[in-house]
Amino acid sequence: METMVSPALVNQEVSRPATIPGFGRELKSDEMVINMGPQHPSTHGVLRLELVVNGEVVVDMIPHIGYLHRCFEKHAEHMTNYQQVIPYCDRMDYIASMNNDLGYAIACERLLNIKVPERVEYIRVIMAELNRIGSHLIAIGTYGMDIGAFTPFLYAFRDRERILDIFEQTCGARLLYNYIWIGGLSHDVPANFQEKVKDFCKYFRPNIKELNDLLSYNKIFIERTANVGVLPADVAINYGVSGPVLRGSGVAWDLRKDDPYSIYDRFDFQIPVGDGKMGTLGDCWDRYMVRVREMEQSLNIIEQAIDKIPAGDVQSAVPKRIRPDSSDIYVRTETPKGELGYYIVADGTTSPFRVKVKSPCFVNLSALPAMSRGAMIADVIAILGSIDIVLGEVDR
Amino acid sequence: MIPSEISEKLKKRFGDAILETKTDGVLDPFVKVAPQNIREISLALRDTEEMRFDLLMCLSGMDYGNGTFGVVYHLNSTKWKHKITLKIEVPATNSHVPSVESVWKTANWHEREAFDLIGIVFDGHPDLRRILLPDDWEGYPLQKSYQLPEFYNGMKVPY
Repeated sequence: METMVSPALVNQEVSRPATIPGFGRELKSDEMVINMGPQHPSTHGVLRLELVVNGEVVVDMIPHIGYLHRCFEKHAEHMTNYQQVIPYCDRMDYIASMNNDLGYAIACERLLNIKVPERVEYIRVIMAELNRIGSHLIAIGTYGMDIGAFTPFLYAFRDRERILDIFEQTCGARLLYNYIWIGGLSHDVPANFQEKVKDFCKYFRPNIKELNDLLSYNKIFIERTANVGVLPADVAINYGVSGPVLRGSGVAWDLRKDDPYSIYDRFDFQIPVGDGKMGTLGDCWDRYMVRVREMEQSLNIIEQAIDKIPAGDVQSAVPKRIRPDSSDIYVRTETPKGELGYYIVADGTTSPFRVKVKSPCFVNLSALPAMSRGAMIADVIAILGSIDIVLGEVDR
Repeated sequence: MIPSEISEKLKKRFGDAILETKTDGVLDPFVKVAPQNIREISLALRDTEEMRFDLLMCLSGMDYGNGTFGVVYHLNSTKWKHKITLKIEVPATNSHVPSVESVWKTANWHEREAFDLIGIVFDGHPDLRRILLPDDWEGYPLQKSYQLPEFYNGMKVPY
């Protein structure tokens, strides 16, 4: 039987692009380009990776971002009030909104020279640490799923649900809170807040051990993550990566200790770092394990803070009119993903002249090609999952 | 080292390239330098042992709205834990700035972002393409003079 050939394909020369933007040289004859994304299930959002591969080995990678760009910085300039920017901050890293708001609120408070009441500081720290646990649970759960372990994902979401319940009781929202305001909080916490948080801590501590048994020390998981995607410490610092990705490379760098903000200097906690226990220092397993250990440290902070919340009015320092003098400030805080910085330029009016966000995911993602060169295609998924990106924050 | 000492050290080495230093009365002390020397100054800040600014925290493109563009570099040392801010200004009509990508890899994507949104051209950048906006986008949205387009690829922009 004669095979049908579409007329369009006859006599058409097979054309290869001479160079790919971002790749820098021509393709060799045994190299080819493969697209991963924009809708690949393991890219955790809308991210396109252009892989130049030689067989199964990744020669180079060109990430394409911007699919979720929502013009945060342009919006921030067009607000009539500094306070109105906070809901947009919520929507950057939408699984750790409390931490995003905290950074922006602290930046504005330093611009305005506001001293926040003690009660507010304590509640903020507890909320930020609860949200850190919630964010790490998502990171851990989805990472297991990327590698092929479905069960830990459900366990992680079960535990995160308890945190979301506390947030919902406090401010009515489960994901985008708009809770931390400049100079204070939107509401006071409910009457049974302390009891609820203590219950959660008591409930969650044994579950970390369960998670370790289920995933962290699972033979298959270790095989997939140890010695994969190694990022040496000096390369990590030169790329500016931060958070668990940097600490996984063995650098004890946590802004809560190294550049303290809010009241973090009052609490006793450790900075977990990678130690190359299962393979090489700075591999995917180290980055993963840092998150697990950080959840324990967050619980320590919460337990120290929860009984010390002083009485007071959480709205007493909220300014009626926010109008900082002409100046600029760069404030950075440690979010679950890393160093989130706000560079705010004030021009003496009621709206910001410029708000630039240094997003940890953006910077961590820029180191992905350096981690992936020489890896297998299947390992790219393991490496991408281990840096825990949220595309809402990469693209802003 | 405190910012004024860092500024003195730079002045001794680079002389006229250090235009202005402000450490009092500002929230973040900064040093304003000549744009054409930014790469050498960055390299010196990174590699001098007593300064060792190995971490570029943030690189922000600025449109000051008065015909000048600027770039602001926030530096930090993971060893000494001190910070400094570098600022440069260039005219908007000829906004060419040497790239510091070869000093800190962090700058690669941040410079692409500043190029994408403000239109500052970083000379010596290995891969200066748009990063957040589509490749066929016209104009630079974070410029203060930017007008919202009525149409994008034949589609009406809804506001």
